[in-house]
Amino acid sequence: MVWNSRKDWMAVVAKADPARLAALMPDLPDHSFLRRPEVGAVMVQGRAGGTGAPFNLGEITVTRCSVQLADGSVGHAWVQGRDGPHATRAAIVDALMQAPQAAVLGQGVLDVLQHESQAKRQVRSEKAAATKVDFFTLVRGEDA
Amino acid sequence: MSAHTLQGGFANAPIQSAQAFRAVLDAMARPGKIMALRGAAPPAPLSIAAVVVLLTLTDPTTPLHLAGAADCAPVRDWVAFHIGARLVEAEDAAFALGTWAALQPVTRFAIGQPDYPDRSATLIVEMDRLTNHGPVLTGPGIETATWLSLPETAAFRTNRALFPLGFDCLFTCGDRIAGLPRSTKVEAL
Repeated sequence: MVWNSRKDWMAVVAKADPARLAALMPDLPDHSFLRRPEVGAVMVQGRAGGTGAPFNLGEITVTRCSVQLADGSVGHAWVQGRDGPHATRAAIVDALMQAPQAAVLGQGVLDVLQHESQAKRQVRSEKAAATKVDFFTLVRGEDA
Repeated sequence: MSAHTLQGGFANAPIQSAQAFRAVLDAMARPGKIMALRGAAPPAPLSIAAVVVLLTLTDPTTPLHLAGAADCAPVRDWVAFHIGARLVEAEDAAFALGTWAALQPVTRFAIGQPDYPDRSATLIVEMDRLTNHGPVLTGPGIETATWLSLPETAAFRTNRALFPLGFDCLFTCGDRIAGLPRSTKVEAL
């Protein structure tokens, strides 16, 4: 996959399992913190059926972080949970993806994460689909 | 948004903001006592002390007013990234930042209500110089009398007359800060 949209790669690393991301990226480049990892809460909104009026579903914990690499590129990250190293790693991925060597990182880390999350989603959907029940009403005698 | 906008915050926020809070608390409790603040790199044209006060006392729940030269794009961007405070008109502000001339007329700032005197503005006044020479300060927190290079005396006397209502001031110059709460009596020498 070609990674052009910042939104795409930020979403992939934010949703990734922290342990898996750490395994794929054991070594971090030199970086300084513009904003150290800090934990807060954000309100998540939902829409019934995906199209209804928005409502507040509830608050989730997020950790945000901003880093600057030695070459001056800046990366930001917001990840769910209270895992500071995950947020730091995600911010570094964001910074690296804006640099010329992005393709290497894209293939080595993002493609793997993307593939794994799709596979996980596929298994889940199949499990759910297997339990699907179609409701229908038989024609009853008195209506005929 | 330039890279400089993103720099200059506290490197170790929990400890540095606690130390800065203690210094600001001391400055307010002992009017006229000049304290030093460190730990942040300000965007032009602000002073170190002014941005340390902002980092320590303001957050997204405190409406902030930028007056005069302080109301420029680099400062707005810096506030947006590091603090997230809403930028508002002078009348709605809990904190206001600018030179004394830019903050005029100071009567537009909130002075609180009789039931809630805390709902007043705190003015962060940028100064060219800050020394213990000038008008005489007396009142709570001052043993006998002290002096501070205030920009004028009339506005502070008017403000003192409103007590328990009124605004509070923090004067900043470089990395130094001095406080002037509404309770202090100011007299010209």
